[in-house]
Amino acid sequence: MKESVGTTGLILNEPLLWERGKKGRSGFSLPRRDVESCPLDGALTGEGPDFPDLSEIDVVRHYTRLSQWNFGVDSGMYPLGSCTMKYSPKTNENQASLPGFAGAHPLLPAALSQGILQMMFELEQYLAEITGMDATALQPAAGAHGELAGMLLIYAFHKSKGERRSKIIIPDTAHGTNPASATLCGYLPVPVKSNDRGILSIEAVSEVMDEDTAGIFVTNPNTLGLYEEDIRRIGEVVHDKGGLVYCDGANMNAVMGIVKMGEIGVDVIHLNLHKTFSTPHGGGGPGSGPVCVKKQLEPFLPVPRIVEENGSYALSNDYPESIGKLQAFHGNVGVMIKAYSYIRSMGPKNLKKASQLAVLNANYIKEGLKGTLHLAYDRPCMHECVFSDKHQMAQKIATIDMAKRLMDYGFHPPTVYFPLVVHGAIMVEPTETECKEDLDQFIEAFKTIAKEAGEDPGLLHDAPRRCKVTRLDETTAARKPCLAG
Amino acid sequence: MKEIDELNMPDDVRYSDDHEWARLKADKVLVGLDDYAQDQLGDIVFVELPQEGDSFKKGEVFATVESVKAVCECYLPVGGKIVAANTALEEAPEMVNNSPYGDGWMVEVNPTDLSDMDTLMTNVDCVERLKGAA
Repeated sequence: MKESVGTTGLILNEPLLWERGKKGRSGFSLPRRDVESCPLDGALTGEGPDFPDLSEIDVVRHYTRLSQWNFGVDSGMYPLGSCTMKYSPKTNENQASLPGFAGAHPLLPAALSQGILQMMFELEQYLAEITGMDATALQPAAGAHGELAGMLLIYAFHKSKGERRSKIIIPDTAHGTNPASATLCGYLPVPVKSNDRGILSIEAVSEVMDEDTAGIFVTNPNTLGLYEEDIRRIGEVVHDKGGLVYCDGANMNAVMGIVKMGEIGVDVIHLNLHKTFSTPHGGGGPGSGPVCVKKQLEPFLPVPRIVEENGSYALSNDYPESIGKLQAFHGNVGVMIKAYSYIRSMGPKNLKKASQLAVLNANYIKEGLKGTLHLAYDRPCMHECVFSDKHQMAQKIATIDMAKRLMDYGFHPPTVYFPLVVHGAIMVEPTETECKEDLDQFIEAFKTIAKEAGEDPGLLHDAPRRCKVTRLDETTAARKPCLAG
Repeated sequence: MKEIDELNMPDDVRYSDDHEWARLKADKVLVGLDDYAQDQLGDIVFVELPQEGDSFKKGEVFATVESVKAVCECYLPVGGKIVAANTALEEAPEMVNNSPYGDGWMVEVNPTDLSDMDTLMTNVDCVERLKGAA
């Protein structure tokens, strides 16, 4: 292949700050004391913490170097399936740093927070419009928190009807957080298998749906990157027995402006602003997982809710059936501003186009690699496609080896060993922000790796070789973790 | 990963569909993961065992095993009361990989109904089943 993105460039070593520091160094000079010295209360004094003494340049170089070891969407393609690692436009950052937003304090009264409240109010409406639902709550801090909010809403709905249901149906193509969220809310997850086409069948759901089941927790498109074609009729089966349909909207990037979730039987859906709406994520940064609901669930949304009257905005707690407050203050407002900025700068047409391109890119990769890698389900995919290591197993090359080798070619590995229904899964989600040339280079890199698997498998077993650190001993790291610096 | 012919499937234990093994030891039953399961999971880094005295029906989840690749639940092949758990696995989970039928045993069960053993596969049946699936 032509020159790869990954090389061994100027990779610098960096000691711990404690090794870098030297007694007496300091990052800034304190002004001379201009008041009388006075003894401190004994209870406030004692040995200080063990912090190193450092100059400003020590600290700047330290963190700059650490950041250079990192790999992010700003450095290259990051096709981590199920995570929608799309590029986050810098205009989002500019809007979030506007002084009116950045300097706002959550304890300011509503009268002095009109800008932020208006932004949040409008964002709620945009998200409802994009999903085809009736109302939105922005509080949940991330996807799994949105799931919990959704479960609590379903619980509150049944309770208001004087019912107590104990089970939730969860397909085997669900995200791992789905059964966890249901369990945390006190429900018993009832697993249901997807069919030979990788999607849910109406019969499988009918078999387990009963009057003690609160609803179904379905990810659509599912984690195989396939659209649940029978979702509407599955929804009817669930509704007929008095249940509700929860949609995990983590994969909404495939269907923005294309599928109206409210019209295909979904009662509640959470969104991941940090995936679909281009706010930065990874590395544990803050997310935001709003929930959108149909009218019948609106009374139960978390409080305080933002209300508008004659063009002015206020926070209201006057919702007696609400499930209560889920997050400190107003949620992760900085993330909301960036998502708002994305939605406004894209507009309805371009949001739809983003989804179309995300699906096109995934299908391009699927077609480009399907002769090289085993394709789990050979049919048109949505925004991601799932391969496996079946062809390479004969050469004793597993998914992990190919994923590690990809790093040598300058790509972040795809998601591996998920979804669980595909043995040795390799889940690729390129997103719409990658150009054709980069997709071609990714495909070529994978083809080269498959060739290496036959010719020189050692290359793969030892990979990565060109990175700052080579193959890690994940086993020892997990069995005997060293958690201190 | 091992080829089916390379698997160590001894004939002194019985096998469940989920690849737990069960070995009769006087009137008790010793339970662990078979060679196929440990090989598929890869390096095991954590084993969560039940408490002594816990009771499970046949097929109920009695333990969770975590490897570098996946987390999987283990189903009790024979219903009954846990009379001993191999707590050494908490410190040395690698024993499940290194000695699946020996030091890597997971629990000892006082079976409710010993005839549960008859529902399990012999090593020959288990290998045949694997070949069918491959």
